[in-house]
Amino acid sequence: MSAEQTSLTKAKETPAASGSPLLEVTGLTKHFPVMGGFPFKRQVGAVQAVDNVSFTVGAGESLGLVGESGCGKSTTGRLVTRLYEPTSGSIKYLGQDITHAGRKELAPIRSEIQMIFQDPYSSLNPRHTVGTIITNPMEINGINPPGGRDARAKELLEIVGLNPEHFNRFPHEFSGGQRQRIGVARALALNPKLIVADEPVSALDVSIQAQVVNLLQGLQRELGIAFVFIAHDLSIVRHFSQRVAVMYLGKVVEIADRDSLYSSPRHPYTHALLSAAPDADPDNAAAERIRLTGDVPSPLNPPSGCRFRTRCWKAQEKCATEEPPLIQLAGNAEGHLTACHFPEDGSSKPVGASSVPKARDAAELKPKAAKAEGTPKAEGTPKAAKAGAKAEGKAEAEGKTEGKAEGKAEAEGKTEGKAEAKTDAKADAKAKGEKSED
Amino acid sequence: MSTLTKSESGTAPKAGSAFLSVHDLQVRFRTEDGIVKAVNNLTFDLEKGKTLGIVGESGSGKSVSNLAVMGLHNPRNTTIEGSITLDGQDLLRASQKDLEKLRGNKMAMIFQDALAALSPYYTIGRQIAEPFMKHTGASKKEGRDRAIEMLRRVGIPQPQTRVDDFPHQFSGGMRQRAMIAMALVCDPELLIADEPTTALDVTVQAQIVDLLKDLQQESGTSIIFITHDLGVIREIADDVLVMYAGRAVERGTMREVLKSSQHPYGWGLLSSIPRINASVDIPLMPIPGTPPSLLNPPAGCAFNPRCAYRELVPGDKCETERPPLAPANGHLSACHLTDEQKQSILTEQILPRLSS
Ligand SMILES: Nc1ncnc2c1ncn2[C@@H]1O[C@H](COP(=O)(O)OP(=O)(O)OP(=O)(O)O)[C@@H](O)[C@H]1O
Ligand SMILES: Nc1ncnc2c1ncn2[C@@H]1O[C@H](COP(=O)(O)OP(=O)(O)OP(=O)(O)O)[C@@H](O)[C@H]1O
Ligand code: SF4
Ligand code: SF4
Ligand SMILES: [Mg+2]
Ligand SMILES: [Mg+2]
Repeated sequence: MSAEQTSLTKAKETPAASGSPLLEVTGLTKHFPVMGGFPFKRQVGAVQAVDNVSFTVGAGESLGLVGESGCGKSTTGRLVTRLYEPTSGSIKYLGQDITHAGRKELAPIRSEIQMIFQDPYSSLNPRHTVGTIITNPMEINGINPPGGRDARAKELLEIVGLNPEHFNRFPHEFSGGQRQRIGVARALALNPKLIVADEPVSALDVSIQAQVVNLLQGLQRELGIAFVFIAHDLSIVRHFSQRVAVMYLGKVVEIADRDSLYSSPRHPYTHALLSAAPDADPDNAAAERIRLTGDVPSPLNPPSGCRFRTRCWKAQEKCATEEPPLIQLAGNAEGHLTACHFPEDGSSKPVGASSVPKARDAAELKPKAAKAEGTPKAEGTPKAAKAGAKAEGKAEAEGKTEGKAEGKAEAEGKTEGKAEAKTDAKADAKAKGEKSED
Repeated sequence: MSTLTKSESGTAPKAGSAFLSVHDLQVRFRTEDGIVKAVNNLTFDLEKGKTLGIVGESGSGKSVSNLAVMGLHNPRNTTIEGSITLDGQDLLRASQKDLEKLRGNKMAMIFQDALAALSPYYTIGRQIAEPFMKHTGASKKEGRDRAIEMLRRVGIPQPQTRVDDFPHQFSGGMRQRAMIAMALVCDPELLIADEPTTALDVTVQAQIVDLLKDLQQESGTSIIFITHDLGVIREIADDVLVMYAGRAVERGTMREVLKSSQHPYGWGLLSSIPRINASVDIPLMPIPGTPPSLLNPPAGCAFNPRCAYRELVPGDKCETERPPLAPANGHLSACHLTDEQKQSILTEQILPRLSS
């Protein structure tokens, strides 16, 4: 499992002009139009999935991306890999502006920027064997490893902890974590320089997770591969990423070196996040978790001023009227940027420590009340009615195990490595679905 | 195998007494390369209102065994043996029609891969409402309201708008929560949650765990919770089953398994947990070696090629004789080490390592 075992050729050369970082993202924004209205669909709003996000990633560096579910991490990843067209902002790769680069311009760097997708199964073509899935991109990109592509593919399977005997199997014959590792092996097949890894180890048990993380870390050190590493496991992010960006509702609210971020977080959301990390030791006093309460805001209609204010225990007038800039606050370490008007004092250690301000208790009482009202028991359904109506749950479930009829149709349009075709095909399928719905 | 079934069944409670009782379950797949022995001699019970956590290596048969409970394997290439009893009803001998009646209603499953489990052609709202409408005879409007309510409960913002989205318009974690909403919409008595929180950040994860616990308190739901996150196990599980290579290698209460594991694989797992305050310069510590082949599983104890303690077992017992799942210092473990050996390794080597 160590990187020495791999025959990845050392990245041709480290970025020539060491002045420009490998990846430079400035003011990146993605709004998805929301259609509505009857009988003619027209745009009635937009999901502000990513809003004015800026960061850089140097060669051989890993930038961790964490944040609430739905805050725009995957969208950011897909923008960087140019699977989505940005609404505005710019993306530079090795100094070259690729924000709107066309197919032709992208061709030479396509193989250098790889993505490991969050949904392993739907990113694998169900009609191809694992062998084909891994060798195809090599073929398309004219990569001829010594010993041949098949041998290389088997080697890659082995280094991600799969059995070379799996070479001829189809994706549906694998477990969730095995599929995830197929995605990892496929991304590595192209000797990339930058990998956008979207939850690459979330489906793995802690031992195999450790194995894969060590592998990726070896690649990072020895071959200088850079990562944008999206994950929910804060321990893994800290272990793997030299710098970490925290996103909330489409914005970066805090970014810093890992030590600075984990030991002196300034943004209230970062605090909440770090405090909520679960601990496997039943004897560690249930650390005082900050339960976020208050209205969960929507990217369709984000709050004015600071987007976190509907759930922030420190919010004041100013937070509603003025958007806090992402800046280096007094007392922050170099490069530690925070977007907050009334930051935490950073001296308190949130990791495992119990420094929960009183205000939170009040906030914590809220969910109970909300819960009580929001818990309609099965609407007084008579038991007998229950038995009658399960047929459709089955029809649906059937599609699931038996080769995933629809998932397949969807995945068909996807050619490995050619991710562009992928999203397009998907959009088409969706458009169709939409029509038939009306 | 036959020699062991006996001893294993000896320690298992009588089948049929619990709400869900899985006894000596075997699942085999026919593939081009041979027979995959995905689940072997699996036995466990689940009482009403309790939660069984299942942990174990990726590919160890956690999903496959639970898909068998749901009756969702394709009979064309799958052989299932043993017995699965739900509330007195033998599920392996139940007709497809009976199973259809149970699924989604009496028992429901949150599938591991939400995107693959959702249809790309229908809105999220419709996919949640449909089972509810069919089951309660609710109108379209009521179904929609119910879907919005469920989305709200799993924490989707502006559910009244998002209910009309298609799965591709949801983020990974939102899809996972939509899947959870779908499984809960009819208030199942048995809920199988297959890694339901992998795509959720820790704060949302905590909310979902709370939601499931509340539900359990209100309606006495029995839950099987499959996860790799031992921190979540600690929060939600009463009992824990540890799987390796298609078998249960350890079973006990949550505290027993997390605090006084009696199996070398369990020790390896606990030692691999990344710690949030560990030094970042020390590599993570995986269990050495590679996962076993299920086409040709190792003879004897399936863990033996990777086990650091097999020399402590006299002779070649570890390579030739499969250890039964038997009581060891309070809970069940499948390992030839003696009770004394297990306990002393645990206290002298494992626990100090975990607390350092
Ligand atoms: N193709 C799309 N069309 C419309 N909305 C979308 C699309 N893709 C994503 N969104 C929306 O954009 C927001 C951000 O989604 P994204 O997938 O980037 O979140 P994420 O941070 O990756 O979340 P998670 O951790 O749950 O995967 C969400 O509200 C999502 O519903
Ligand atoms: N349809 C199938 N045909 C052949 N083998 C299969 C099939 N489905 C699963 N398997 C194999 O059975 C084993 C058990 O798979 P299962 O999905 O139960 O693993 P799991 O414990 O859920 O793992 P994970 O944590 O990665 O989801 C795996 O080794 C897998 O490769
Ligand atoms: S700006 Fe105001 S609302 Fe936003 S995080 Fe800071 S204190 Fe809270
Ligand atoms: S039976 Fe032997 S090989 Fe298996 S876990 Fe115990 S000591 Fe290790
Ligand atoms: Mg995502
Ligand atoms: Mg699984």
